[in-house]
Amino acid sequence: MGRIGLFLACALVVFLSVYPLVYAISTSLKTGTALFDTRLLPASPTGANYAALFEGVQPFGRSILNSLMVATLTVGGALLLGLTAAYALGRIQFRGKGLLLLTLLGVSMFPQVAVLAGMFELIQALGLYNRSLGLVVPYTVFTLPFTVWILTTFMRELPTELEEAAVMDGCGPLRIIFQVFMPLLWPALVSTGLLAFIGAWNEFLFALTFVVSDSERTVPVAISLIAGATAFEIPWGTIMAGSVLVTVPLLALVIVFQRRIVSGLTAGAVKG
Amino acid sequence: MQSQRSRTAWLLLGPMVLMMLAVALWPLARSVWFSFTDANINDLDGARFVGLENYIGEFGLFFNPSEEAGFWASDWGVSIRNTFTFAVVSVLLETLAGLGLALLLNMEFRGRALVRTAVLVPWAIPTIVSAKMWGWMLNDQFGVINAWLIQAGLISQGVGWTAEPDYALMTVVLVDVWKTTPFMALLILAALQTVPRDCYEAAYVDGVPRWRVFRFITLPLIWQPLLVAVVFRLLDALRVFDLIYVLTANSNSTISMSGFVRREMVEYGNMGFGSAASTSLFLIILLSALLFIKVARVRLGGEVR
Repeated sequence: MGRIGLFLACALVVFLSVYPLVYAISTSLKTGTALFDTRLLPASPTGANYAALFEGVQPFGRSILNSLMVATLTVGGALLLGLTAAYALGRIQFRGKGLLLLTLLGVSMFPQVAVLAGMFELIQALGLYNRSLGLVVPYTVFTLPFTVWILTTFMRELPTELEEAAVMDGCGPLRIIFQVFMPLLWPALVSTGLLAFIGAWNEFLFALTFVVSDSERTVPVAISLIAGATAFEIPWGTIMAGSVLVTVPLLALVIVFQRRIVSGLTAGAVKG
Repeated sequence: MQSQRSRTAWLLLGPMVLMMLAVALWPLARSVWFSFTDANINDLDGARFVGLENYIGEFGLFFNPSEEAGFWASDWGVSIRNTFTFAVVSVLLETLAGLGLALLLNMEFRGRALVRTAVLVPWAIPTIVSAKMWGWMLNDQFGVINAWLIQAGLISQGVGWTAEPDYALMTVVLVDVWKTTPFMALLILAALQTVPRDCYEAAYVDGVPRWRVFRFITLPLIWQPLLVAVVFRLLDALRVFDLIYVLTANSNSTISMSGFVRREMVEYGNMGFGSAASTSLFLIILLSALLFIKVARVRLGGEVR
């Protein structure tokens, strides 16, 4: 491939990757008939769509807070349970380990809809139906396999001498995990934590099914339900404003931590 | 010593295993049980056992005699066909595009970091947001894509890419390819980077053409990781729900198996019938995955010790 060909290929890749988001930002700054003008630069940019998000009948600020809470609790739960499990799987030889790891891989690839009926019953029985907090339960479990899988691959690579020294000093397994290994594992914790956060932030099926009132909604469902004054009028400007608002912080995180994220993703798939 | 170590291991695994049993296995078992009952979403306790009625009864999923046009014309048949068409076509395209992108990113040139960062953008955008974004760009009246195509003289009036049954599924596939090619590319890139440079240098010294280097050196070395990535994507694509639900407004012509299950259970309230569909879906996906792993000779868990 010549240098011009290489340049063109790169330009095409960058254009295709970035243009839809840039166009969404442009749309979010247009209102009224300006929306039907397909040029990229808005003639008279306005923040009205962003303001409308927080004024309407659907409380978008509330949805953002719900999503933040659900995603944070999911990350906390998954990392806590995942770390102890990964220590056992990565550092201790015991019977049934290979089978357990394969089962975990199976669960992480599981079609969530297969448990929908039973999960509905469980969420109701726990009194968590129609509460965003209830989503933490399924999210944690569906994030766990993947969290454990990645943490296990990182846990294996820590030096044995360190563990032996800690055992000599009389440390139990919990102290080894949380006081000796955890500080060394922060890169792995950042990548798994971010991936778990993104997963919980984006989940749609359970969020749509187990939460019905507007004030308990999470962000993806809120965006999918933004509606206009009449059924025939779709408020594209407001929808794009909401989309930009929930995407840009996420995108910033991904770009800042891109090395960590990529290493997490590939540790799960390529090495496994 | 060893037995004490393994007792410690199971104690540490306890919380996770209990969570998985209570929140994954138990609901799965309950869903399977519901599939043999006439449960309604508003009255789960009043469910009666009906045997295989939901599967092969008069109004069952399979062998329904009241479906005159045959199984593949029933909503469930259509959803199976849609899901598999979607999964096979999109994973195939993603793999090819991902491979091309990975080969590009594996070359050394100025600005590579910039391109690699740009590639992460579609991956980082939530599925719902990308569905809405593309829904707007593909809008039949005001969408920018129709405007471009009209300007270029390729079409004379706007096309309803997401609404017309002829195009809707293809549109969903293309949006999915846009969103997930980066994931594929990153996994393949990681595999490419494990190929030792000496392999290439030796080939260049001998003057072997590039495509032969790719075909006989690179491809065999990255084949297993590539297949693992394909299995991941395939399983993910077979459970598709959100993209189709939002992009094509939950229409009947593009409904996926997951969409069918949710519609039956939540919108129509037929928990029993919906569970029969979800149980069938689970088995269909499991068997397809096992078949693929067997036929393509994928080595999963190669590092599991």
